[in-house]
Amino acid sequence: MAVQTAQLESYLECFTDFVCATASATPDWLHTLREEAFARFCDVGFPTTRDEDWRFTSLAALARTPFRLAREGAASLAPSDLAPWQMENALARLVFVDGLFASALSTMGKLPKGVTVDSLASEVARQNAANGSGTVAGHLGRYLDTVRDPFSALNTAFLEDGAYIHVPRGIALVQPIHLLFVSTAGSDSAPSPTPSMTHPRNLIVVEEEAQATVVEDYVSLGAEIPAFSNAVTELVARGNSTVVHILVEREHLKSFNFSTLRIEQGRSANVASHSLLAGGALVRNNVHPVLAGEGAECLINGLFIGSGRQHLDNYMLVEHASPHCASRQFYNGILDQRAHGVFHGRIIVHKDAQKTDAKQTNRNLLLTDDAQIDTKPQLEIYADDVKCTHGATIGQIEDNALFYLRARGIGEIEARRLLLEAFAGECLGRIKPGAAHDYAHSVVEARLVSLAAPAPASSLTAESPERNLDSHWEEVG
Amino acid sequence: MTLLQIRNLHARVGGHEILKGIDLTVNAGEVHSIMGPNGSGKSTLAQVLARREAFEVTGGEVLFHGKDLLAMKPEEAACEGLFMAFQYPVEIPGIGNAYFVRTALNAVRKYHGLDELDAMDFLPLYREKMRLLDMDEQFMNRSVNEGFSGGEKKRNEILQMAMLEPSLAILDETDSGLDIDALRIVAQGVNVMRSPQRAMIVVTHYQRLLNYIAPDFVHVLVDGRILRSGGPDLALELEEKGYGWIETEAGQVAPASA
Repeated sequence: MAVQTAQLESYLECFTDFVCATASATPDWLHTLREEAFARFCDVGFPTTRDEDWRFTSLAALARTPFRLAREGAASLAPSDLAPWQMENALARLVFVDGLFASALSTMGKLPKGVTVDSLASEVARQNAANGSGTVAGHLGRYLDTVRDPFSALNTAFLEDGAYIHVPRGIALVQPIHLLFVSTAGSDSAPSPTPSMTHPRNLIVVEEEAQATVVEDYVSLGAEIPAFSNAVTELVARGNSTVVHILVEREHLKSFNFSTLRIEQGRSANVASHSLLAGGALVRNNVHPVLAGEGAECLINGLFIGSGRQHLDNYMLVEHASPHCASRQFYNGILDQRAHGVFHGRIIVHKDAQKTDAKQTNRNLLLTDDAQIDTKPQLEIYADDVKCTHGATIGQIEDNALFYLRARGIGEIEARRLLLEAFAGECLGRIKPGAAHDYAHSVVEARLVSLAAPAPASSLTAESPERNLDSHWEEVG
Repeated sequence: MTLLQIRNLHARVGGHEILKGIDLTVNAGEVHSIMGPNGSGKSTLAQVLARREAFEVTGGEVLFHGKDLLAMKPEEAACEGLFMAFQYPVEIPGIGNAYFVRTALNAVRKYHGLDELDAMDFLPLYREKMRLLDMDEQFMNRSVNEGFSGGEKKRNEILQMAMLEPSLAILDETDSGLDIDALRIVAQGVNVMRSPQRAMIVVTHYQRLLNYIAPDFVHVLVDGRILRSGGPDLALELEEKGYGWIETEAGQVAPASA
C-alpha cells in the first residue's frame, strides 16, 4: 500500500527540509543512499495488517500522526538530567538527544588503541575529509532490506547520526559501551509540542576475533506527547568475533518505538542479542541475524513487559545461510491489564545451510483476562539435514505458587513480584554476568515492581482455569 | 498455654461441605495427630488453618494465640507463627531455595519488628539445618522444589520449618510417599523441633509415622467431624482395626442423638 497522500506530503516536506539542511555536509554516496531509500519508502508505505509480517500490529495511529523531524539536539540538557540512566562501569557512554550526538553529555573511557567509538555523523565527516571510502560507506545500508521493510527505508532516508563503533581485529572490550538515546519530545527544551520523530542509525563493526558489548538504551524525558523513534542498527560480526548487544526500550507511554537490529555474522562468530521492551505505546522490535559464515552461533533473547494498553511486537527473522550454524530464540512476555504482545519468530534455513540447529521458545505470562498475546512461529526450511524446534506457552501466575510463598510469610505483593522476577529471570539469566547484565537487571526489576501490585478484584477472585496452550513439535529432516 | 482453639468449624470447597463442626484445642508443647480415611477432611482442616482462600469457612471460630485466625491472610498466619508443611510442595522455577527461605524469614522478622538477616548471617544457619536433614548443599541454589524427588520435597518442607521456627506446625501427610529412610530423616527433623513452647499437628493417613513422631493425642476425623479422641493407643487400635469400626460406632450413635 502506498503512503496516503497527506502522510506522504508530511514526510516529503520533512525530507526536503532535511536534505537542504544537511546538503553541505553530505557526501554524494550518502545523498544517493538517502534519496533511493526515500523513494522506496514512498513506494512501499506503511504496511497494513493484511501484510503477513504486520498481521497483529496496526500502524493506523502512527500513519495518521504527522511528525516533524527533531533536530534540536541537546542545548538545554544538563548531565544531571541523565542521572537515572547511568550505567556503572561502562567503557564509554554516547548520548544522543533527539537523534543527534551530544558530545558534552557523553563520556569516553580509555579505549584500547585502534578502537573507534564516536558519532556516526563525525565518522562520516572524518572519512569523507580523508577522501577514503572507509568502513562507513562500505557497510552502511549494505545489509538492510529497505525493499521489504519500509521502516528501514525511512530510517535510511533520514540517516544522519547515531553511534559508530569499530573494534579492530583481536581486540576484546570487556566493559560495555552504553548508547543512550534520549527523546525530549515533550520536555521544555522542545520548541513546540508537535509530535516529533528521530531516526537514529548505528553501525557496529567487530572485526575478526574481537569482542564487544553494546547497550542501546531508549528513554524519554519530559511530558508524554507522541514521539516516533525509528532506530536501525547494523551489526557486523566478523569471523570468530564475540558480540553482545542489548536493547532497552523504556520510552514513555505515548511513544512509537521501532527498532531494527540487522546482524551479519561471519564464520564462527558468536552474537547474543538481548531485547528488553518495557516502555512505549506501540513498540516493534525487529531482530534479523543472518548466519552467513559457517559455524556461526546466535542467541536471540528477549523479554517484553507490558501494561495499560501497550502494544509490544517482537519480530524475529533468523536466516541460516551457511552449514553448521546454531540459533536460539528465547522470548518471555509478561502482559498485564490490556497489554497486547506479539511474538513472530521466523526462521529461514537456506538450501546450503545443512546441519542447522535452530530452536525457538516463546513463553508468556498473562496477568489479566484482557491481556493478549499472539505468537506465531514460521519455519521455512530449504535444506534437508537440519534440526528446528519451536514451542510456545501461555500461562498465568499460579495460585498454588502464590499461596506457597504467602504461607511462608511473604506478603502477596512481594510474592507476586518474586514470581514475576523468576519468570523474567529466565531471560536475564541468559545475559552474561557483568556490568551490562546488572544494568539490564535493574531495568527489569524497576518495571516489575509496578506490575506486582494486585490486579483488579475481578481477575484475582475469578477462578479462571489455567490457559495452557502448549504447542511443541519438532521438524527434523 | 493454649495455642490454638478451634470451635465448631465448618468449611466448604467448591460448594461441598467438608468440615462439619470441628472442635480442637492444642496447647503449647503438645503433639496432636489427626488421622482419618481419605476424604474425611484432614487436609481441608490443614489448608483452612493455613488460610488457603479457596476453602470457604461457613461457620465457627479459630483462635491462634488468642487472635482470630480466620481473619488472617496466609502471610499473616505464617508471621504469627503458623507453619503448614505441604502435602504437595509446589515447584517454583527461578527462585532459589536459600533466597526463598531468607525472604520468608525476613518477612517474618520484619513483621515482628526485627532486623532483616543478610546472606552472611543467614547462610551458616541454613547450612546447619541442612546438615540436620541430611541435605546436600547444592540444594541451596536450586530452584524451590524443582525436579526434587518426593522425599527431597518433604525434607525441604521440614528444612523451611526448622528455619522459620513456628509455634504451631501442621504437617499435612508429610509421610505419604516416603521410604523408610526418608521417613526417619523427616521424623528426626520434626523431633528436634519439639519443645515446650511449640505445638504440632500431624495429619496422616497411616499410623507408621507415629512410630517415629510419638503424639500426645490422637484424633480420628471422619466425614468432617472428630469422632474420637484418645492417647497414642488409639493410633495402634486404628492400625489394627482400620477406620470402619469408628464409623460404624458413630453411625449407631449419631441417629440416636439426633
